[in-house]
Amino acid sequence: MNRSEAMRLLRVRDLRMAIHGDGPPVRAVDGVSFDIAAGETFALVGESGCGKSMTALSIMRLLPEAAAISGGMVELQGENLLALPEAAMRDVRGRRVAMIFQEPGLSLNPVMTVGEQIAESVRRHTALTGAAVDARVLELLESVRMPDAQRRVTEYPFQLSGGMKQRVMIAIALACDPELLIADEPTTALDVTVQAQVLDLLRELQRERGMAMLLITHDLGVVAQMAQRVAVMYAGQIVETAPVAHFFASPAHPYSQKLFAALPERAAGGRPLAAIPGAVPPLSLEFSGCRFAERCEHKLAHCADVLPEWHGAGEQQMVRCHLYGSDQRPPRGLPSGRGVMGDQHKTEPEAGLGSSPVNHQSSLLEVEELEVFFPIRKGLLQRTAGHVRAVDGVSFSIAPGRTLGLVGESGCGKTTVGKGLLRLLQPTAGRVSLAGEDFLALGAEALRQKRREVQIIFQDPYASLNPRIRIGDALEEGMLALGVGGDAAGRQARIDALLGEVGLAPGVRSRYPHEFSGGQRQRIAIARALSVEPKLIVCDEPTSALDVSVQAQILNLLKRLQKEKGLAYLFISHNMAVIEHMADEVAVMYLGRIVERGAVQDVLRDPRHPYTKSLLAAVPVADPQAQRPVLRLSGDLPSPVNPPAGCHFHPRCPVAEAACAQAYPEERALTAQHHVRCHLAR
Amino acid sequence: MPPLPFRIEVLWSDGLVWLLVIAVVAYAVYARRHPHLRAPWSRVARSASAMAAATVLCCFVLVGLLDSLHYRPLLPPQGGKPVYATEVRSVLDLVLTPLRAQREKTYSAPFATELYAKETIKRADGVETREFPRLRHGGKHLESPADSAADIALRAFRGVVAALLAWFAFALLLSAALARQQGGGIEAAWRSLWSGLTPLPWRAVLATLGVLAVIAGPVVALAPYYHVLGTDKVGQDVLYQSLKSIRTGLVIGTLATLVTLPFALVLGVMAGYFKGWVDDVIQYVYTTLSSIPGVLLIAAAVLMMQVYIENHADLFPSTEIRADVRLLALCVILGLTSWTGLCRLLRGEALKLRELEYIQAARAFGVSHWRIMMRHITPNLMHIVMIALVMDFSGLVLAEAVLSYVGVGVDPSMISFGTMINSARLEMAREPMVWWSLASAFFFMLLLVLAANLFADAVRDAFDPRVAMAGGRA
Amino acid sequence: MSSYLLRRVLYGLLVLAGVNVLTFALFFFVNSPDDMARAQLGAKRVTPEAVEKWKQQRGYDKPLFLNEKMSGIERVTETVFYTKSVRLFAFDFGASDQGRNIGYDISTRMWPSLAVQLPAFVIGLLVYITFALLLALFRASAFDVGGVVFCVLLMSISSLFYIIGGQYVFGKLWSLAPISGYDGGFEALKFLVLPVLIGVASGIGGSTRWYRSIFIEEISKDYVRTARAKGIGELRVLFRHVLQNAMIPILTGVVVVIPLLFMGALITESFFGIPGLGSYTIDAINQQDFAIVRAMVFLGSVLYVIGLILTDISYTLVDPRVRFS
Repeated sequence: MNRSEAMRLLRVRDLRMAIHGDGPPVRAVDGVSFDIAAGETFALVGESGCGKSMTALSIMRLLPEAAAISGGMVELQGENLLALPEAAMRDVRGRRVAMIFQEPGLSLNPVMTVGEQIAESVRRHTALTGAAVDARVLELLESVRMPDAQRRVTEYPFQLSGGMKQRVMIAIALACDPELLIADEPTTALDVTVQAQVLDLLRELQRERGMAMLLITHDLGVVAQMAQRVAVMYAGQIVETAPVAHFFASPAHPYSQKLFAALPERAAGGRPLAAIPGAVPPLSLEFSGCRFAERCEHKLAHCADVLPEWHGAGEQQMVRCHLYGSDQRPPRGLPSGRGVMGDQHKTEPEAGLGSSPVNHQSSLLEVEELEVFFPIRKGLLQRTAGHVRAVDGVSFSIAPGRTLGLVGESGCGKTTVGKGLLRLLQPTAGRVSLAGEDFLALGAEALRQKRREVQIIFQDPYASLNPRIRIGDALEEGMLALGVGGDAAGRQARIDALLGEVGLAPGVRSRYPHEFSGGQRQRIAIARALSVEPKLIVCDEPTSALDVSVQAQILNLLKRLQKEKGLAYLFISHNMAVIEHMADEVAVMYLGRIVERGAVQDVLRDPRHPYTKSLLAAVPVADPQAQRPVLRLSGDLPSPVNPPAGCHFHPRCPVAEAACAQAYPEERALTAQHHVRCHLAR
Repeated sequence: MPPLPFRIEVLWSDGLVWLLVIAVVAYAVYARRHPHLRAPWSRVARSASAMAAATVLCCFVLVGLLDSLHYRPLLPPQGGKPVYATEVRSVLDLVLTPLRAQREKTYSAPFATELYAKETIKRADGVETREFPRLRHGGKHLESPADSAADIALRAFRGVVAALLAWFAFALLLSAALARQQGGGIEAAWRSLWSGLTPLPWRAVLATLGVLAVIAGPVVALAPYYHVLGTDKVGQDVLYQSLKSIRTGLVIGTLATLVTLPFALVLGVMAGYFKGWVDDVIQYVYTTLSSIPGVLLIAAAVLMMQVYIENHADLFPSTEIRADVRLLALCVILGLTSWTGLCRLLRGEALKLRELEYIQAARAFGVSHWRIMMRHITPNLMHIVMIALVMDFSGLVLAEAVLSYVGVGVDPSMISFGTMINSARLEMAREPMVWWSLASAFFFMLLLVLAANLFADAVRDAFDPRVAMAGGRA
Repeated sequence: MSSYLLRRVLYGLLVLAGVNVLTFALFFFVNSPDDMARAQLGAKRVTPEAVEKWKQQRGYDKPLFLNEKMSGIERVTETVFYTKSVRLFAFDFGASDQGRNIGYDISTRMWPSLAVQLPAFVIGLLVYITFALLLALFRASAFDVGGVVFCVLLMSISSLFYIIGGQYVFGKLWSLAPISGYDGGFEALKFLVLPVLIGVASGIGGSTRWYRSIFIEEISKDYVRTARAKGIGELRVLFRHVLQNAMIPILTGVVVVIPLLFMGALITESFFGIPGLGSYTIDAINQQDFAIVRAMVFLGSVLYVIGLILTDISYTLVDPRVRFS
């Protein structure tokens, strides 16, 4: 923080805000200070609930009604925004400081045209009128690389894809050339290929306009790609600030280090991830010491009682940790160099993992040509006018004790595959044989018996447990329905054992779901699936709703259970790093079909399908020095109602040839295990 | 063995009312044990306006329950067998015997000692004059009607003092109870009570009770001697009528909603859970029913019921029983014609719930549809049912008045707010106006409905998942 | 779009068929025509001959569904169900039990009803929405809290008392308007003022609260935050963004009642002596004239179904998501 005063565009000092509700006030932002220089990208990174979004909203003074700023200062070029009257603040919003939000789908007015929404901002802050406004709107849409900009002016948000909506949001934000753009998780709701497009766009715009950017994110990969400086937030406070290069080279705060260690791509060769024990303390508490002390491995005697001061940890790197105090030396075990990076691209896969040939005779689950179509009814008599081809001929197999990763972007049909093979959705065609028996042909009673063998874990930990039912009863439900676990006493013993297996105390069984955190709920959901001793578990994005440190706990748990019980997993995820960490084989889905499958290191290290390649290239890597091939997909996922003729991927494919538009490519085997559906793959 | 001085008569509506009381008690016990119910109810209990409203409602309910214990008194012995009257009375009638029995000839104003209209009276000396005759009961203890003001003031003052003493004693008892609970002294409890520092807003309850006591005290003191709210056309005490109307309002407000519940719940859950043709059929049924304007459908049904009752007069041994059956039939008709709104709401929620992951998980275990609906869907809809229950109550009380006015409400012989207004309205044009029946009905109804609305608001705020979720997920 | 509307119309006809069967069952199954005759004639005059005569005069002497005595199509048409129920679809309401032509009565009496209801509806809508917008603008302030309490208080008063109180204060005490009566042409105006005013006043509590809750819900949505982030003032946010989006739930509740305005207001009309369909219905109920009640039930359903279709159409005006799909 030895920058000159003149360079400081935004100065935030000791910012405090609190949310007032039923109980004591929740101090979501509790003494936050940072500076942003003109033209710089400053990233505020942290897990959910750490107060990063509330910090941004406090700067804009757009807090929800139950929340109020309780102290501090926000200076924009020397002018204290918190002291401005509301009318003057309105002149700042949209003109000098603009903001884009996480959910582009909800952030645009659904009944107003795109052009009108942009024009509103132009008219508010400039003297332009009439045709000049229209011209400016078009110019803005073009500047955010909106395809078909002229036509979009008169369209409504629902006619645009998620990526295009976020472009509109950006156009609104840029309407008056703001000095500072606040981007609050701008790509979290987007698919990875679209995220890459939007991040590229933001980076280019910022460079062109010399605009400063406050980027709020939970994704270290996004930080590495976008920011010059970074601040880590934990429980309402900033615990570390550093230039990005220093931060990624040697994170100083124990929390920052743990964040890196919990990333699935950092675990070499299937070793357990480093998880952070415990949970973030509730922000309604009064803190006297370090907020991270309880979860810290390097806790000192006074950490819980004495608030840590800021200490220098290296060049321009500041950390709020007693370990860096003048009389302290960072203890052993606190890596201070690049060692923590554990460069995964050079890591050789562990021998034997995923390289053994898949024996079809021994496969537990075999899926052949699975189809799940949803009819579209139209017209007077509601005749079926077409189908949503959610799953359009998918085949794969899983051997006992192995994990198949099913990866793809939202809308590709991967979740429908999981629900279809469990018959939670009725497949329209295909065969699913489970240990040799045709699962889809079973009658009601036989199906009920067979349901023991395959279970499912879902994405949303808050929706996966009935809030009205005690944990013990929830775990008992499957045993009762399927007649597992013997008599009542036997079932109770089994519930205790299951809770122990997922790392919960037996006492929790008489409690209700609302008393548990997201991670704990996901553990309970796992225990529930295990209660009927399945052989296969469909894991449908089980960690997507969790923070990275909690995700690490759950992934470790799933791995351990697999080893102990010989479980097979169908692991559905959009997250490449998680798939890489968890899976033996992987199948990549695009628009209802598997375009590439094979052993995980074959597919992810040496992708052959252009879609797989671009998917991998789009993943932001938590390493500012990482050099990845730039392979950007244009456009969005087409509709599964009318998939493009020929190869479904050809309209977006960077290397498509004429033949690609003619016929859907047959699957071809590159090696015994590596299959790909592409005319061009050799 | 001498015959009992009364024979208990359980009217249909009495049975249902007491069943409802048992159900409410059972629910309270159940809710205490389940945190997902205890939490919203304790939110309701922490709201001062809700507790004040609940205090008022409790008074109304007390009156209504007393009026739901019916008996037939023993007639004076004639020959061997004990004979009971055909007339059915309630415990409330017994308590209000002076009010019930002291009938005047026709209208008299509140606190009047003379009739409202002049009559031709033949005096002892044979001269006929037109004058206001003295009332048979109101103020008959007075030597001269001119003394009434002083007499009323004195009795009212005594009533207020007695009521305030009782109220003060209650406040002391409450502090003692609070002191025991919190472990401090009575004095400390008294202070925290009055500075509003108790976890439950007892101060609001006490204030409400205080206001009620100050009003009720003088009324109780005066009622045996005067018609505090006047008399109606046939000389019946208006205060008595107002108190009797309470039960009618409460019965309609609660029982009619209870009739809607099974339809709305079963059909709504089934439509939302099964979708497909089941949903189509149920949607068609409720669209059809709701397409008929409510009052017309009720009117048609009540007309048919009237014809039925007229043609089967022999089924009903007494007017009270006939009126009671008509009241119940009205509740059933109101229920049958008004389940569609709640059903639509529940269907929408069930549609959302069925896609939730815990229900998918239950289906993955092969749990039966019936069990999923019972265990997973219905309990998660009960907050909507609870909100509908309390929100509908006040609407039904208001609807009774309108329907009785239109002539398709309760039996004309049954005392209700509607029949009170209906008969009083005919006298609007009189000069000077007969205003007291209307005014009494107005104030009693306003108090009941306002209390119900305030309570319903607090319940809705406490049970609304949007409010609850915001707290739960944070 | 057009096939969607056509489907809605057909569904509406199906609903009306259901209403038709339901009312028929209600009026002819719960009680037989003999029961009705007895109830109408009164206990003293009931003789088998009188009952037969009563039925014959009103056409209730035919079989319910199938006339065995007739042949061909008349086996079906010469029945109570056909003449009294199916004919309603042709808006042939027949004669009332007192012998009046119901169709004619309806066509003359709907206009006074509309003359009261339409102004009350329009003025009411403006007043409620304005009041609700004000409450939403100053939400969580003392004005808002007081306004909501005021609304709850107004909601808790029976509509009967609005009329009685209005008649007493404006008609009797201040003599500003005639208490009851009606006249043709412009003379009607002076008779309309009070019922319209009372109609508006009695709805303030409930409607304002309902609109307010819609606005408050819209205000909490993300797009409103986006609008504020542009630097737009609160008034423009409210009128340009919130109001436009709130029109969707508002229309659901409002458009459906527009056709029903023809039906009049039962209580208001009878209190004010307005010769509309509302007082017509009340008189019919008091005289136990089943034919008129049946006709009004059917008419009400027809108007409701029309309201549903109008609602569908109105969505296309305010919601581009419906318009373009």
